[in-house]
Amino acid sequence: MRIVAEHLTYTYNEGTPFAARALDDVTLTIEEGEFFGILGHTGSGKSTFVQHLNGLIRLPSSQKHPKKRRAKRGEVLPPAPVLRVGEFDLTDRKTDFTALRKKVGIVFQYPEQQLFAETVKDDVAFGLKSFADKKSQPSAEEIERAVREALTAVGLSYEEVAEKSPFDLSGGQKRRAAIAGVIVTKPEVLILDEPAAGLDPLGKKEVARLLHSLHETWCKTVIIVSHDMDEIAENCTMSAVFEDGRVKYVLPPRELFKHADELLGMGLDIPLVAKLCRELSARGIEIDCDLTADGFVKAVLAKRGQA
Amino acid sequence: MKDVSFGQYYPVDSAIHRLDPRLKLLFLIAFIVVIFVANSFWGLLVCAGVLLLAVLLSHIPPWKVLRSVRGVIFLVLFTAVINVFFYAGETVYWSYGVITVSKEGIIFSVFLVLRLVLLVICSSLLTYTTTPVALTDGVESLLYPLKLIRFPVHELALIMSIALRMIPVLTEETGRIQNAQKARGADFESKNIVTRIKAFIPVLVPLLISALRRADELGEAMEARCYMGGKTRTKYKKLRFGWGDLVAFLIGAAMLAGVILLRVYVGGVL
Repeated sequence: MRIVAEHLTYTYNEGTPFAARALDDVTLTIEEGEFFGILGHTGSGKSTFVQHLNGLIRLPSSQKHPKKRRAKRGEVLPPAPVLRVGEFDLTDRKTDFTALRKKVGIVFQYPEQQLFAETVKDDVAFGLKSFADKKSQPSAEEIERAVREALTAVGLSYEEVAEKSPFDLSGGQKRRAAIAGVIVTKPEVLILDEPAAGLDPLGKKEVARLLHSLHETWCKTVIIVSHDMDEIAENCTMSAVFEDGRVKYVLPPRELFKHADELLGMGLDIPLVAKLCRELSARGIEIDCDLTADGFVKAVLAKRGQA
Repeated sequence: MKDVSFGQYYPVDSAIHRLDPRLKLLFLIAFIVVIFVANSFWGLLVCAGVLLLAVLLSHIPPWKVLRSVRGVIFLVLFTAVINVFFYAGETVYWSYGVITVSKEGIIFSVFLVLRLVLLVICSSLLTYTTTPVALTDGVESLLYPLKLIRFPVHELALIMSIALRMIPVLTEETGRIQNAQKARGADFESKNIVTRIKAFIPVLVPLLISALRRADELGEAMEARCYMGGKTRTKYKKLRFGWGDLVAFLIGAAMLAGVILLRVYVGGVL
C-alpha cells in the first residue's frame, strides 16, 4: 500500500488557549515495501502524522459534520489536504475506517501498557475478534492458529505464554506480546511509535531484528517513529525528518546524515558512525560508507590499503 | 473524552483569577446557601445576575462555562421530572394514582433546575479560575481551625490537590489507551449500547493499572525527597487578602443580604 499525504495540517485544541499546531503543510510519500524511518524531536509532529494514517485522527473533511472554511475577501485558502493509503481515501467520510485499521496496524509507544485480558491468548486475539463481523466470528481453531502464528512471529513460544496472564510476563515479553496483538490481523502496513523506548541495548537489538523479520514475512511496509538515530541508520531504507510540524528532509539515511550540521542544529543527534566519519573528514580523511559498524570498519580498512 | 472540562484550570488573566482562593471558596459556599434560601424568582435573578457578572469578569468564553452544565443536564432534568410528578401540591391539575401534577410541583421543579444549574456553573467557575495549588492552599487555610482537634488538614489538602492534578493526566491517558485499542478494532462509536460498554473494558483495565502505578511512583518520589507534611513546611506563594478581595467580599455580602431581605419582606412563591 502506497501512502500519499499532501498539505496535511493539524492543530490540537483548536480555538482554545491550549491550541498547538502539530502538523503544518506536511507532504510525504511512502512507497510500498519500504522500511521507513520518521525522525524528529519531541513535539515535532511525527506521532500526530502516523495517527492520521489509520484514521485515529480524522481529517476535517472526513468527520461527521465537516467544517468548511469559507475564504474571506482577498484570503487564499490553503490547498485541500490529500491523504491516501493504498485504495483508501482518508479525506472521504464514506471510507470504511475499520477496514483501513485492519490493513494499517499501529503499535503505540510502550504498547505493553495496553494489555488487559486474562491470558496472553485472549489479548492477542482481541484484534482478531473485534475486526471480524458479528456474524462471522472466527472459530476457536482459527483463533488458535492465528495467535500461534503471531506469537511465533514475535519470538514467543505459544506453549509457554498463551495461557499465562500478560501481567506475569517480563518487560521484553510483554512488549512482544503487545506487538503480536497488532500483527495478528496481518496488516499490510505496520507503524511503530518508538518501538525500542525504554529497552536496554540488547533489547533494542532484539526489537530491530524482530522488525526486520516482520518486514520480510508479515508486513510489506514498516514505518518506525524514533529519535534514536542509530536505530534509523541501521534499519531503514528511507527516512524523513520532522521539525515543528514540517517535513525537513526525505532521504535515505545514508544521504540524510550528510546533513549532520543541520540535524545537530535541530537538536537531533547523528549516528555514531556518522559522527566518526565527520571527525575524520574534519581531519582530511573522507570515508564513504553505510552507517553500520561493519561497513565503517571495511571502509576504513580499504582506505588504509590505498594509503 | 476530550471535553472533561470540569476541574480544568483555564489559564487567562482576570480579576476573578486574581481573587484570593479562600474568598472564592467562601463565596461558593455562601452562593450555595443563598440559592437555596432564595424562594422567589427575584431572589434567584439576583444570584444569576451576580454569577453572570463574575463569568463576564473572568474572561472565560461563556460557552465554555455552559459546557460544564452539559455533564449534569441529564441528572437535573431527571430530578425535575420526578418532582413534577410526585410533589404533593394543593392546586392539582391532573392526577392518576400516586402521580399528581400540581402548580406547586411545577414551580418547585423549575426552581430546582435553576438552582442546580447555577450551582454547577458557580463551582466550575471556581475550578476554571483557580489553579489546583491555590485551591488547595485555600482549603488548607480555611480548615485551619480543625487542626486544633488534630484533624490532618494538610494531608487532606494534599490528597485533594493530587486528585485534581491527576484529572487531566488520566484524561490524556484514557485517550491514549482508547486510541491503541481503536487501532486494534475496538468500536467506541457503535450504536449498540452493549457493544459500546463492552468496548470500555479494554480501556478501563490498563487505565486502572496505570493509575495504581502512578500512585506508587508518586509515593516513592515523595518519600525519596523526604516529604513530610505539616508544620515545618513553608509556602512559596503566600495568600494575601487584597483590595480586590474586599470589593468582591462586599458584593457577595450585598447579594446575601439582598436575597435574605427579599425573603423576609417580599416573600416567595413557595
